Amino acid sequence: MTDISQSALLASQQAQSPIEYVRAAFLRIRAGDIGNLPIILGLVLIAIIFQSQNANFLTPRNIVNIVVQMAGIAVIAYGIVFVLLLGEIDLSAGYVSAVGGVLTAILLRDSLTNPALSWMDWWNVIPIALLVTAAIGALHGFLITTFQLPSFIVTLAGLLAWNGVVLIIVGDGGTVNIQNPVVRNLASEILPPEATWIVIIAFILLYALFEVSTMNTRLKAGLRAKPIAIIGLQLGVMVVAGLGIGALFNVNRALNASAIPQQGMPVIAVLLLIFLVVLGYVAERTRFGRYVYAVGGNKEAARRAGIRVERIRILVFMISGLMAGMGGIVLASRLKSVATDAGGGNLLLYVIAAAVIGGTSLFGGRGKVSSALIGALVVASVENGMGLLNVSSGIKFIVTGLVLLAAVIIDAVSRRSQQRSGIR
Amino acid sequence: MAGHPLLETRGVTKRFGAVQALTKVDFNVHAGEVVALVGDNGAGKSTLIKGIAGIYGFDEGETYFDGKKVTIHSPREASKLGIEVVYQDLALADNLDVVANMFLGREWNQYVARTEHAEVPIGNPVIRYLRNLLPMTEVEMEKRAVNTLNELAVTTLRSVRLPVASLSGGQRQSVAIAKAVLWNSRVLILDEPTAALGVAQTRQVLDLVRRLADKQLAVVVISHNLHDIFEVADRIAVLRLGHMVKTFVAKETDQKEVVHAITAGKLEVVPGMAPAHGMAAPLQGLA
Repeated sequence: MTDISQSALLASQQAQSPIEYVRAAFLRIRAGDIGNLPIILGLVLIAIIFQSQNANFLTPRNIVNIVVQMAGIAVIAYGIVFVLLLGEIDLSAGYVSAVGGVLTAILLRDSLTNPALSWMDWWNVIPIALLVTAAIGALHGFLITTFQLPSFIVTLAGLLAWNGVVLIIVGDGGTVNIQNPVVRNLASEILPPEATWIVIIAFILLYALFEVSTMNTRLKAGLRAKPIAIIGLQLGVMVVAGLGIGALFNVNRALNASAIPQQGMPVIAVLLLIFLVVLGYVAERTRFGRYVYAVGGNKEAARRAGIRVERIRILVFMISGLMAGMGGIVLASRLKSVATDAGGGNLLLYVIAAAVIGGTSLFGGRGKVSSALIGALVVASVENGMGLLNVSSGIKFIVTGLVLLAAVIIDAVSRRSQQRSGIR
Repeated sequence: MAGHPLLETRGVTKRFGAVQALTKVDFNVHAGEVVALVGDNGAGKSTLIKGIAGIYGFDEGETYFDGKKVTIHSPREASKLGIEVVYQDLALADNLDVVANMFLGREWNQYVARTEHAEVPIGNPVIRYLRNLLPMTEVEMEKRAVNTLNELAVTTLRSVRLPVASLSGGQRQSVAIAKAVLWNSRVLILDEPTAALGVAQTRQVLDLVRRLADKQLAVVVISHNLHDIFEVADRIAVLRLGHMVKTFVAKETDQKEVVHAITAGKLEVVPGMAPAHGMAAPLQGLA
């Protein structure tokens, strides 16, 4: 009986054919792991709909606008993804981001007028603001774990309380302007065209290096590896997409030929990519990230495996606070000021919608850091497109709500199919 | 069985307030042997294995591991000795793949690899925690997981990178067992491994249990299914009302005899106990 039985796993020791790989991918999809599939279809649909209604939608100028619009949402959503992976929620992210933005703005303003604060500059003010928002997140996590409270309630309290704090800090003036050039230009600065190419090529090379070295070590260890044909195909798609994006960013966007040329990739887009790589590494390659998934998947199993569940939860809320603070600074930079309404409106809804639309489950345990980026792109595209079409804000809310609803339904359905395939 | 038992309890007693859960229980299992632990609900099966696994201590009596007297204070200490328990709920994270589940909580990374897979808790706690941000060595983990599954001849898995959610009940049980075996464990305690499994799946798991014993592990199986027990066990230990009423050699008995012991086993069989004394013991505890 051993010779029959061993065959299945011995087969796994051999190199995999592209057909087998595709079949395995299909199996994963059937098991409820649909990944980015629906979202890419959704993006194409959005592009077609808005482009057919308004020819400006897919112009380089507008696409750069969308990138700048999505930046703040994406940065905050990066943190929310970790919270959702635990199966928790952070409703305070909007106003915690405002705390980060307003602290940065106030400290930079006071450093100009108050001699005692003259040592302050962007490079120490930003870390201070991030430290404060990370501490706020840790406080939420501490309250949730110590008193065994639902995160929904604690962060709802946070939503109200931090809104109050922002109102008090901004004060009667109503608006705090940002003078510091670095913070002012964070959201609007663009790279020269040459640097744009370097960034894009470096990103693709990094990806290629990672994939090929992974394949090599796996083959050397006698394990099943991604077939070279599939890697080649993926890289090919990436190169084509990269060339397209680079060319698009490097088109002169100035409205008339005599103006200073406007071309190149927004610096904020590079920042988004850096966060994607760093946080993606943390989530998928480290023990910490593995424990986040484990706690979200089966808290009791994680506890019995010796994982300190409460510590993981506190750290995740800290990450959420940290990324909210960073997003708040990006949003402040985009407006070049912080007003009393910072962090309000539909920011929180957009952020959570971005993470969920991108494919991170509200039920915990499933999702990726990249879903924040791709989801924010959808949210910003829809908002931008409706802005171009001059629809009323009532319609805007309805459409955004429907997009979120669609994402949650896809999430729930894929979860059900996962459970069904589990029972079989 | 030649030699001394790998795991042995002598006269262990456990009380929960006024309830006498275990009374002077002698139990042992040898390497390479499957011992079934049977008894009605409330007979003390779970209490006995939880005590052995270190979830709580016994009030009286001694535990011997490999001939040496040991006191097990926590599940971690039990693991260190090589005693692993697979509970009925399996404790697998559905969203993680097979490798991730098998290594959960003990993942290898660059640091652990350098220190030969043994973690030394030294240095600043913050720095120690930051080691959790080193890259995991997925390839080594996967290799070890595949080897372990191959050794156990776990046949039906298509890939060790599929999420556990997509596995069948028997496959999950196999993964949970492989997870326990991964760490060179010597005593494996399985709590109702075939409950809620179909015929083919049960067959799969029973074969696996037999192979574990062939690999010189000491296996304890708790089960209500006498048919399964007679298929797989070498000896059958019967608990009744916290007393070890009888231990049968599986080949020399039949289901009828075992059922009789479970439902009406004579409690005075316990050494040192006067007839009917065992029934009175809970009342004594109240006094």
